[in-house]
Amino acid sequence: MKSNRLTTLFASGRKNLLSVFYTAGYPGLTDTVRIGKALEAAGADFVEIGIPFSDPVADGPTIQASNKVALDNGMNLHLLVEQVAELRKISELPIILMGYLNPVVQYGVEAFCADAAAAGVDGLILPDMPLEEFMAEYKPIFDKHNLHNTFLISPTTSEERIRRIDAVSTAFIYAVAASSTTGAKERFTDEQIAYFERLKSMHLKNPFMIGFGIANNNSFRQACAYSAGAVVGSAFINVLRESKDLEEDISAFVHSLKDGKAL
Amino acid sequence: MTYQVDERGYYGKFGGAYIPEMLYPNVEELRTHYLDIWNDPKFQEEFRALLRDYVGRPTPLYYARRLSEAVGAQVYLKREDLCHTGAHKVNNTIGQILLARRLGKEKIIAETGAGQHGVATATVCALMGMECIVYMGKVDMERQRPNVERMRILGATVVPALSGNMTLKDATNEAMRHWINHPTDTHYIIGSVVGPHPYPDMVARFQSVISEEIKMQLEQAIGRPHPDWVIACVGGGSNAAGAYYHYLDDVRVKLVGVEAAGHGLDSGESAATTALGRPGVLHGSKTLLMQTDDGQVIEPYSISAGLDYPGIGPMHAHLFDTGRVQFVSATDDEAMGAGIRLSRLEGIIPAIESAHALAALNKLKFSKRDVVVVNLSGRGDKDLETYIRWGKY
Ligand SMILES: Cc1ncc(COP(=O)(O)O)c(C=O)c1O
Repeated sequence: MKSNRLTTLFASGRKNLLSVFYTAGYPGLTDTVRIGKALEAAGADFVEIGIPFSDPVADGPTIQASNKVALDNGMNLHLLVEQVAELRKISELPIILMGYLNPVVQYGVEAFCADAAAAGVDGLILPDMPLEEFMAEYKPIFDKHNLHNTFLISPTTSEERIRRIDAVSTAFIYAVAASSTTGAKERFTDEQIAYFERLKSMHLKNPFMIGFGIANNNSFRQACAYSAGAVVGSAFINVLRESKDLEEDISAFVHSLKDGKAL
Repeated sequence: MTYQVDERGYYGKFGGAYIPEMLYPNVEELRTHYLDIWNDPKFQEEFRALLRDYVGRPTPLYYARRLSEAVGAQVYLKREDLCHTGAHKVNNTIGQILLARRLGKEKIIAETGAGQHGVATATVCALMGMECIVYMGKVDMERQRPNVERMRILGATVVPALSGNMTLKDATNEAMRHWINHPTDTHYIIGSVVGPHPYPDMVARFQSVISEEIKMQLEQAIGRPHPDWVIACVGGGSNAAGAYYHYLDDVRVKLVGVEAAGHGLDSGESAATTALGRPGVLHGSKTLLMQTDDGQVIEPYSISAGLDYPGIGPMHAHLFDTGRVQFVSATDDEAMGAGIRLSRLEGIIPAIESAHALAALNKLKFSKRDVVVVNLSGRGDKDLETYIRWGKY
């Protein structure tokens, strides 16, 4: 696969990477671009922009609610591709689109990959697209358009399957921190730490990012001790929901996560 | 042409296991064990004994004389309404709870629409002394109140699903979320031939006893095991799957599926998936799905809570695609009318789901000698409030 922004980022070997997940079209329909730009300015290393879906089965209440608001705002996948193109004009941040398979299937997987890549997307995460389907049907399309596909693993994923996923992954692996749906949590349990240690000791060929449940500097640092970095989602959506000044609140949130203190 | 699932979990181009990785171990555990368990003679012995002694099988195949005269065909009713708990759903929950026990699971979760599957699940959990949580849309909890209380009497916890239209689809979302959060000690008893492989095939096998019995009963009644027609309502499609199962390869038998048209196919308030749906991915499988151009799932509508679902099982998507099953639909009014007619002609008040199957009797062209089996999937006790509100009797 040719190089793209994600490849470059992970090839740099940098540590403590922060990726931020947010739902496209939330809180306002046109906020997608503005939030991406503000995250870059605040020091996020890449973004995962969520494709809203009517039935987000892997998500907890926070992200479910943001999906509903975004859809009520009129968000759709065609509009998201346009918004990414707009963001790409003013940002060099690596961009991942993350969402459920059905909207992508309706758009047409081939057409979507072509349009997303042209808009400046670097990778996709489609949690309900199984490894087996990807390998059988979609990998050549992703490769042709120079898009990474990131697979999830969880604490119950067997070592054998982690190795299989590692073998076909490019860029990075997404390690879900707990057997759970998405949602901010206070701290990691000993069991979770043991799982991170196990992953680290596997010496995978791909770096991994830890996501689901990361909410503050404490859990961010803990996760980074074992991984290339961490993904924050629900905690960030909570900030967006309450925000009166997006740019200021985003900056304060990113700094508090990375440095343990607000600006 | 095969109508059975292939080794990759597909029925033609439908099926598969489109699940987040968090569910992979759970589903994989089922996939690698379900056939061995099903084929184990000791499992079969246990399953059959419970169906006989506890569920009350075989259920009668009843020749409905007055209805036959009204319709102009030889109409037989497969009396799944006489199963313990009042619907076919219990065939599946008996099978799945025995399977869950063999896999060492301690807790059971389920989704329910009409509440029949919830009651059938709560029932077998009480029987086996297992903890039971049932997710049910808040709207369904209101329109099927007696079933909510039945589940509670049986010791189950009923959790309202508050997202979306608060019906079956949303209850299924919540059950899947619960399973993601409790992956090791919990078995999810899905109530129809939907969900990721192996669920559709597993549930179809547990329900296949319906057509197994019809064959034997028809042989006795008319001297041949096959009818000319089999008619069943299709929500997710489990009672239909069971009624068709042993006839799928017998092309002498015309198979009919009846979907809920709600207020009419063009009304925007319908649940007739084959008429209104396109291929898509929901709840773990690729199947026909009612959805917008943008791939958002459309909230379905039917007066019948058990048919109020925007998809159908992948097996039925394939049966539709290949033309093996003819799909028709019945509106709320047509179904209610057919329910009242059966009550008056035969003294049987059917579930409103089953009344949709009966409504198709007015839509199909039979000759007088045609032998028509209607799968009467459930009884109408749970629907009394809906009958009363509908009023026209
Ligand atoms: C009596 C009855 N019939 C039919 C159905 C529809 O389900 P399926 O299509 O899986 O048989 C239900 C579902 O609740 C039901 O209670």
